[in-house]
Amino acid sequence: MYRYDGFDAKFVAERAAQFRRQVTRRLAGELTEDQFRPLRLMNGLYLQLHAYMLRVNVPYGTLSSKQMRTFAHVARTYDKGFGHFTTRQNIQYNWIKLEQAPDIIKELANAEITSIQSSGNCVRNITSDQYAGCAKDELSDPRIYCELLRQYSFLHPEFSYLPRKFKIAVTGSPNDRAAVAVHDIGLRMHRNEQDEIGFEVLVGGGLGRTPYIGQTIRNWLAPEDLLSYVEAILRVYNMQGRRDNIHKARIKIIVNQMGIDKYRELVDKEWEFTKNGALKVPDDEIERIRAYFAPPAYERLQDLTAELAVARKADRAFDRWLRGNVIEHKVPGYAIVNVSLKAPGRVPGDITADKMDAVADIADKYSFGEIRVSHRQNLVLVDVKQSDLQQLWRELFALELATPNLGLLSDIICCPGLDYCALANARAIPIAQDISHAFSDLDELQRIGHFTINISGCMNACGHHHVGHIGILGVDKRGEEYFQLTLGGSSDQQASLGDRLGPGLPQAEVPGAIRKIVDTFLKRREHEERFIDTYRRVGIEPFKEAVYGSESQAA
Amino acid sequence: MALIKDGKLVTDPFVDASGPEALPPTGPVLVTYDQWQAERAALLARGTPLGIRLHSDQPPELIAADLRHFALVALEFPKFRDGRAYSYARLLRERYGFTGELRAVGDVLLEQLFFMLRTGFDAFDVQGADPLGSYRTALGDLSVWYQPTGDGRPTAMQLRRKH
Ligand code: SF4
Repeated sequence: MYRYDGFDAKFVAERAAQFRRQVTRRLAGELTEDQFRPLRLMNGLYLQLHAYMLRVNVPYGTLSSKQMRTFAHVARTYDKGFGHFTTRQNIQYNWIKLEQAPDIIKELANAEITSIQSSGNCVRNITSDQYAGCAKDELSDPRIYCELLRQYSFLHPEFSYLPRKFKIAVTGSPNDRAAVAVHDIGLRMHRNEQDEIGFEVLVGGGLGRTPYIGQTIRNWLAPEDLLSYVEAILRVYNMQGRRDNIHKARIKIIVNQMGIDKYRELVDKEWEFTKNGALKVPDDEIERIRAYFAPPAYERLQDLTAELAVARKADRAFDRWLRGNVIEHKVPGYAIVNVSLKAPGRVPGDITADKMDAVADIADKYSFGEIRVSHRQNLVLVDVKQSDLQQLWRELFALELATPNLGLLSDIICCPGLDYCALANARAIPIAQDISHAFSDLDELQRIGHFTINISGCMNACGHHHVGHIGILGVDKRGEEYFQLTLGGSSDQQASLGDRLGPGLPQAEVPGAIRKIVDTFLKRREHEERFIDTYRRVGIEPFKEAVYGSESQAA
Repeated sequence: MALIKDGKLVTDPFVDASGPEALPPTGPVLVTYDQWQAERAALLARGTPLGIRLHSDQPPELIAADLRHFALVALEFPKFRDGRAYSYARLLRERYGFTGELRAVGDVLLEQLFFMLRTGFDAFDVQGADPLGSYRTALGDLSVWYQPTGDGRPTAMQLRRKH
């Protein structure tokens, strides 16, 4: 993985020192809270309901075991012993003291971790496919370009005060696991007719109160033009994006107001001036970064299909885990192992300091010391020898990290909601816990098949509810918490926004409603269809009727 | 309010004539875009250095063809959160080739000075008890830059490739 060189290390050290000075100035009253807010936000520090929250980047979801131990150390020393992985491949600490924040940031910097631009109206953490570099279906490793963009975006002098936050995601695989279509810029790698790798560029996707699927602004962009083209998009946005209304300030609004063709025209006009300038990425720089992502020292092995089949026969639980959480690797004899942070009744994405340390040890033992974070709030060990799988499974099982529910109904995305978040309307976590309790029978989960439930505590949509097969949105109805359901959302290469099912439901009725939706699906399902396919075939009506009764159709 | 220009505290030679007061009969003046449009001939006839002040919704494209008439362009930050002028500054320097004084006015905070310097500003209307001290502190904060802008500071990438 990428390692800081002298420049990177100096940069984060200077930035940490600068932040310490800013905090000192704030504590001494030299900065007002209003002046301090954007400074702390650009270092990932939020003021939440009960305390400060620190959001720390995991760039494109890649972590070393050493960095994971640093996360554990921070959780133990400065927080209440746990952290929360988010849909943006970040980790959040919920109980931070302002006075201690500079120390934390310094400790993180020593481990080559930052919270720079994890918040604020700037380019946020660049996200990507959690299986990058190892997936069988990948064209090329997206992390090289993520790293280029990470450096390019850090403290960009022109774009640190954009109209609103700006999210970029990159996928190197046709099977989009990075939800690029719901980002301000989505980059989808593919080959052109000359067999060269480049990017399809999407712009203007995003969730929040006005969700949009991104539109293609450019079919093919050469890697050497990546930065100049992104700069052109950002410059047009910085000058044209709305500044008068925070709810209309994201790029998606301006793109959809003027139309993608007009936006493209402005970007192209801008790009004419800059495309052959200093932002052209030299091949040697791409190669320099690529070298950091060179494959680890894989052994020459063969797939252990037969041996594993025997082990699976002998142990049903191992079989289930293997089928559910383990994915094919591009290298024979290896496997990608998903570590579920979604045990029944647990808070999705939460992990204790002790378990972080344990995962770090396991990664050292079985996966070249590397850990990935997925936007679905799970962890991944990407380079596991197939011959180690059974032993690894035992160790994960003992840690309650082997729930075999990847991609199944209880693999729920959930934002912190009203338990922590100052913007929330409703508590999202208890809903996730209720549902994962109600659907904890593993045979049943497997029968239901691929299913995503995404929960947000308010329309800011940090829990990506619009793109869950079932989306659940917390709303406030005259001071009471209600939950609005949507069906049919998806964030993959066939991204779609969910349709509203009907009036909001009180918390107690949500698990029952999910049950009715699932039952209806199982009745209507043809062959081994996924829920989303059935939904696209039969439409929303049968589900509406199941949840609200037939009179709702008359109404 | 103090004016820092090229790293020094200076007295502002320009009289701000953008308010309701009448233009002073002689000497350098700073006018708005509207004034420039309405009184172009009279302003040019003064034969003294001219400055123009642009609001954050007035892109420099508006004055691109007239730039040779201006010794000073002042770009306004109505709120420090409004970052349009960073782009305007780069366009003025890097695209339109403006070489006169580029001044940041309005809500100009210490923490933003380096961004402003890098995008091409060389003068700052700043507040506070010790503006020059604050300015120097802000300058010393960071020494590594990842983005090429018109200011010519080498980026990390460029320095790496030299080795
Ligand atoms: S969706 Fe709303 S409640 Fe949930 S984390 Fe985001 S802002 Fe907070």
